[in-house]
Amino acid sequence: MDIQSRKRELFKEFAPRLETTSKVSKIYISFLVAIILVGIYAFYLQMSEGQIVTGMRDNVVWGIYEVNFILLVCISYSGAFISGILHFFHTPWKTAIARIVEIITVLSLLIGPIYILLCMGRLDRLHYLFMYPRIQSPITWDIIAIITDIVACFIYLYLTFIPDFAILRDHCEERKIPKWVKKLYKTLAIGYQDTKTQRDRLHKITRIMSTIVIVLAIVAYTVLAWIFSLTLQPGWNSTIFAPYFIVGGLFSGVAFIIVTMFLVRKFYKLEKYIRKMHFKVGGIILLILAMLYGYFTFTEYFSRWFSHKEIDTNLLDTLFTRYFWEFILANYVGILVPIGILFFKKFRTINWVTIASVIALVGIWINRYLIVIPTLETPYVPIQDTRVDYIFYAASWVEIALSFAGAAAFLLMFTLIGKIVPLVPMNYILDGRTPPKKVQKNINKEISE
Amino acid sequence: MKNKQTEEGGTDRRKFLKLGIMTSLTAIAGTSIVNNLAAQEEEGIAKPSGEVMRLLTPDGKIVEVDASNINNYPEAYITPEESRKGIPDRKFVMVIDLAKCKNARKCVEGCQKGHNLDYHQEFMQIKLIQDNPLAEPYWFPKNCMHCDEPPCVKVCPTGATYKREDNIVLVDNERCIGCKFCVTSCPYSARIFNWEHNAKFDDKSQPYSPETNVPGAIGTVTKCDFCPDLLRQGLLPHCAQSCPEGVIYFGDRNEDIVTNGAETVRFSELINKRAGYRHLEHLGTKPNVYYLPAVDKLYELEDGFDVNEEVKERYKNVPYVQELKKQGKI
Repeated sequence: MDIQSRKRELFKEFAPRLETTSKVSKIYISFLVAIILVGIYAFYLQMSEGQIVTGMRDNVVWGIYEVNFILLVCISYSGAFISGILHFFHTPWKTAIARIVEIITVLSLLIGPIYILLCMGRLDRLHYLFMYPRIQSPITWDIIAIITDIVACFIYLYLTFIPDFAILRDHCEERKIPKWVKKLYKTLAIGYQDTKTQRDRLHKITRIMSTIVIVLAIVAYTVLAWIFSLTLQPGWNSTIFAPYFIVGGLFSGVAFIIVTMFLVRKFYKLEKYIRKMHFKVGGIILLILAMLYGYFTFTEYFSRWFSHKEIDTNLLDTLFTRYFWEFILANYVGILVPIGILFFKKFRTINWVTIASVIALVGIWINRYLIVIPTLETPYVPIQDTRVDYIFYAASWVEIALSFAGAAAFLLMFTLIGKIVPLVPMNYILDGRTPPKKVQKNINKEISE
Repeated sequence: MKNKQTEEGGTDRRKFLKLGIMTSLTAIAGTSIVNNLAAQEEEGIAKPSGEVMRLLTPDGKIVEVDASNINNYPEAYITPEESRKGIPDRKFVMVIDLAKCKNARKCVEGCQKGHNLDYHQEFMQIKLIQDNPLAEPYWFPKNCMHCDEPPCVKVCPTGATYKREDNIVLVDNERCIGCKFCVTSCPYSARIFNWEHNAKFDDKSQPYSPETNVPGAIGTVTKCDFCPDLLRQGLLPHCAQSCPEGVIYFGDRNEDIVTNGAETVRFSELINKRAGYRHLEHLGTKPNVYYLPAVDKLYELEDGFDVNEEVKERYKNVPYVQELKKQGKI
């Protein structure tokens, strides 16, 4: 079969999704838009009234915005990391999931930093960060890391899109696709004709970018962890925080990818491409990461508990009393249950792996919550002589609404991207038939499905 | 506003530092004072009092000016830019004598009045600290420690908070972006945040200066500033001025004297003899607020509960207080 007719076939297969919008998906999209609108109203309230409308107060000055920020940014970094690895090693299963991973990377990297902006008291002075920068501040490091990462991930995502845009451009004429979308394909394909030189060049650049993206992800993880670990606070000032965040981030990232894979497979009818094998491999990776993450979590709390400095004891007391169930959920259920499920071969099915991933995601969100908030509630100087309602933190509806709005925005953008390009990269499917031989052999040995 | 404060401050306390500060006032805020003078002369507002003072300008010239222009506080407005330099040749320190504190809360109120704060906003908080289970707790006034290694300054991404040569750590709320990283990194919980707009922020009768922290601004961080505006006039900070028990000593490490308004003592001797210490010394922040241990306390602990119900509520989580309540002592 020559490559041109194969391309046409693929296009035919994916085109209906791009052409029509079903009634259900219209309702779904308007539902997402409604959630986002509520979020926008909450944002307006926060801007006009000040942060008094949030649950943050003088002791707990960072709330679930910070938790969402860590979670999303970590997911993004691990997306970059994983997709970088998929490319760099020419993994055969990148075919099915590479695009999903890349879209997750970019979207969470776009939405995550919004939460740190919501944490800021004076958004109108955002430009001061560039007008009066202080390079000594870990926040400045984080800003540099995030901006670099956003740029790199965008370039990377775009590179992987180019061949698909070219296919779409070549074949969309016969279809009743809106004119502006056709034009978009043409512009974005930047004259890519899939000649041998072009293909080789693109492969080379993508490969270079994939290494850069891996390195940037590690740097960005580390700097994010340093925001906490470079302070003197108990529960934050920990030497293992950077690697802990990397492992925890990868754990949440892989879990997130598995859940997305499940949803995409189901709602986009991609059973042919996203197969049980992907969930199985994903499950094994998640198992390894869960064990590593559990190990780090254990070390972190165990050393605090064993040495029991007074200030650490205060923190642990809080965790074991006021946050008892959250602690159990985050650090026992959130880690041990996924390990328990994934440990057994017979549970490594599509549904069970997805269930384990959902539990892992909920667990790690609570874990982040337990890192940020109880620490701020147990400072060195005990909280006294403060108005009573300023002592403990509880997220207000504004914060919750904005959290959901972020999730809705993520889903909406994901859906819209899915309307413009196929969620399974067509060019990889084509590539898959002629991968570099050496690597292909090794991988095949490892995974025989 | 400030002038009114000054009048209330009492004359005997005013003597503090006057000697020291007057002699070096020449070099203090040279630019702004001289600029203001020049402006006044042009407008012909200055009314000569007959008394002439000699000032040293920042570029080394000696000028003669009328004494009525000195100490005229609102004219000596310190801009945010000037406030970064600090008062030359000064190293301000505070000493808090825990043996004398009875939670009278006058320092809290004085500070709130001086900085235009609300009833609920405290730069100065009174904690009830118990060192060990056998020791009786003591009242522990806690403001900003004005550390020599300030963790807050380290982490500020815009340089809105800064350490001055005279030991003072200030916040410029016109530069602050409200990221609150400084709040989380301060081990003394010295910083508070303006969560909402306050009608007081609209009062622009006094130009904003980081030295007064007035007027405040929504969405920015604020904290104890050691009242440099009063120091420039040779006065004690609001808290030290308002304490009826003379708990709070303030002074200059270079001159090695501190005073609570009633008595003036050698700083080094006081710390040596009375075993002065700094809170959380082990963190390496090198604070400039020293504490004298609560030895031979002048007041019963219970005296400190002679406060309104709302304030009492603020200590309800302290185990010792719960114990006292059970025994019916408070």
